[in-house]
Amino acid sequence: MSNFFNFILRRFLLTIIAVFGVIILVFLLTRLLPNNPAALRAGPLADAELIKQYEREMGLDKPLIVQFGTYTGQLMRGDLGDSWRTSQPVREELGIRIPATLELALSAFIIALFFGVPLGIIAAFYSDSWIDQIVRVFATLGASLALFWLALVGVYIFYYLLHWAAAPVGRLTIGINEPPEITGLFLIDSLLAGDIETFKDAFNHLWLPACTLAFIVSAPIIKISRSSMKDVLNADYIRTAKAIGVPPTKLLFKDGLLNAFIPILTMLGIVFGYLMGGNLIVEQVFAWPGIGQYAWKALSTNDFNAVQSFVLLIAVVYVSLNFIIDLIYALINPQIRLE
Amino acid sequence: MSSTQNSIQNIEIKPSVISRSEFLGKIRFFTRFPLFIFGILVILFYLLVVIFGPSLTVYDPTIPNPQYTLGQPNSDYPFGTDKFGRDILTRVVYATRLDLMIALLVASLSFSIGSLMGCIVGYYGGWLDKVIMRVVDVMFAFPAFILAMAITSALGDTVQNVIIAIATAYTPYFIRLTRGEMLTLRTRQYADAAISVGNPSWRVALIHLLPNALTPSLVQMTLVSGWAILDAAGLAFLGLGITPPTAEWGVMVSEGAQRIITGEWWVWLYPGAAIVLAAFAFNLVGDGLRDIMTREEQ
Repeated sequence: MSNFFNFILRRFLLTIIAVFGVIILVFLLTRLLPNNPAALRAGPLADAELIKQYEREMGLDKPLIVQFGTYTGQLMRGDLGDSWRTSQPVREELGIRIPATLELALSAFIIALFFGVPLGIIAAFYSDSWIDQIVRVFATLGASLALFWLALVGVYIFYYLLHWAAAPVGRLTIGINEPPEITGLFLIDSLLAGDIETFKDAFNHLWLPACTLAFIVSAPIIKISRSSMKDVLNADYIRTAKAIGVPPTKLLFKDGLLNAFIPILTMLGIVFGYLMGGNLIVEQVFAWPGIGQYAWKALSTNDFNAVQSFVLLIAVVYVSLNFIIDLIYALINPQIRLE
Repeated sequence: MSSTQNSIQNIEIKPSVISRSEFLGKIRFFTRFPLFIFGILVILFYLLVVIFGPSLTVYDPTIPNPQYTLGQPNSDYPFGTDKFGRDILTRVVYATRLDLMIALLVASLSFSIGSLMGCIVGYYGGWLDKVIMRVVDVMFAFPAFILAMAITSALGDTVQNVIIAIATAYTPYFIRLTRGEMLTLRTRQYADAAISVGNPSWRVALIHLLPNALTPSLVQMTLVSGWAILDAAGLAFLGLGITPPTAEWGVMVSEGAQRIITGEWWVWLYPGAAIVLAAFAFNLVGDGLRDIMTREEQ
C-alpha cells in the first residue's frame, strides 16, 4: 500500500510541475504579442499620454520577471485578472460560460463513447473482415473531416433543408427562459423543473453540435479500441483460453475488455480535454455561448488576460484528467505502481 | 580460375532473378492495401493540380467580377462564384498550392527539428534530456490546435507564422518518437562497435543510429501533413493566420459560412471538400504505411 501512496505522491508532484510549466509557457506566449495591448485598449485616437497611463495600470511598464511574479501571485489567490475588453473579472466571465461548454462536451463525449468503443471492439473481433474495413474507413474519415466544414454541412442539411434542428443561434430560442439553475446543464435543469417545453427546445439546439463533435472524436476512440482489443485478442493467454474452449463472448467481455481498457481510458481523457477546448470552432458556428466563443472574442480583440486564462484552463483540465487517469490505472493494475 | 568466374556469374545472375520476382511480389503485396493506393493517387492528383492547375484556369483568383456575384454553378463556373463574383474553382485550385505547401513545410520542419532533438536527448540523456522532456510534457498539456492558435495570435497573422505555429505544436510528437527509438538503439552492439573503432559520439548518434530511428517518424510525418491542412484551415476559419482575400480553403469556407442561412451552399462546400479529401488521403497513406510496416515485420 505504501507503494500506492508513493506513486500518487510522485504523480501529484509531477502534475504540479506540469501546471507550473504551463503557466510559464502561457505567460510567455501572451507577452510575445506584437501589438501593444495598452495601445489597442486605448483605441486608435488615443495620445501617447493615455497609452502610458494604461501601461502603468496594466503593469506593462515593469520588467517581465516582476510581471510574472504579480501574475502567479494573483493566480495563487484564484484571481485571473480583469478582461480588458469588458472590464469584468475573467474568472466570473469564464465561470458563467463553463456550463454551456460542459453540456456540449459531455453530450458529445457520451455519444462518441457509446458509439466508438463498441464499433472498435466489433472491428477488432472480426479483424480484416468487411466489417473491419468499413469501420476503419469510417474512423479515418472522421479523423480527416474539418470540424468547421462538417458543422456547416450539418447546419445546411438539418436546419436549412430539413428543419430537424433549431437555428444555430445558441442554446435556446429567443423568448424561452433559461431553466432555474441547478447544474447549469439546460437538459437536466429543465427536466428537474418539469419544464418539457424548455427541454425540447434545449435538445433541438444541442443535438446537432453535439453529434458534429461526436463524429470527429469518435475516430480516435474507434481506432484505439480496435487496436488495443486486437492486441489483447492476440495475447497468449487469450489464445490459450480459446484453445481450451472458453466461449467467445466470455472471452470478449470478461477477459478482453478489462485488459483493453487502459489504453482506451487514456484516449478518453485526451478526447474529453479536446472537447473542452477544441469545440471553439463548433461554438463559433452554432453561436454557442461557451468558453470557446469567449476565447475567440478575446483573441480577436487582443484581450490577453482572457486568452491566457482560457488556455490555462484547458491545460489544467488536461493535466488533471491525466492525473486522475493515472490514479485509476494504479487502482486497476498494481504493476503500474512499481514502474 | 574458371570456378571463380562461375561463382561470380552465379552471384551476378541470382540477384536479378530474385529481384524480378521480388518486384512482382512487392506489387502483389501493395495491392493488398487498396486504401493506401487510393491515398497515394489522390495526393498525386493534388500535386498535378499544384503544378498545372493555375495555367489551366481562365479566371483570376482575387479580382472581383460584379457582373456575376453568388452565381450558381454552371458550365462557365463549374463551382459557382462567391459574393465578389470570383470563380470558386479557380480559387480552390490556387488555394491547393498554398495549403499543400503549408502541409509539407509543417511536416518537414517539425520532423527535422523534432527528430534531431529526439536523437540528441535520447542518445546523450542527462539533464538536457530531463529539461527537454519536461517541456515536451508541458506542450502535450495543450491540444495541438489550441497551442497553434495561441502561437499564431502571439506572432501575428502571416502564412509564415501559421507554419511556424503549427510546426511548433507538432514538434513534441517527433521528439518523443525519435527519443524512444534512440533509447533502444543506443544499447545495440553496433553502436558500441562504432564507438570502439574510434567514431566520435555525435557521428554515431547522427550517422549510424538516427537513420534507423526514423521509421515511426516518417509515418507520423504523413499524418502531420494531413493535420496541418486541417489546422491551418481551422485557424483561417476563425480569422487567424491566413486572412482574406487570400485564396485559401479555410478562408473560403469562412466566407461561405456567412451564407449558410441563405442557402448558397457552393460557396463553402467545394473548398471544404478539398480540405477533407486532402486530409483523408494523407491519413490513408499514413495508416497504410504503418500497416505495411507491421506486416513486413511479421
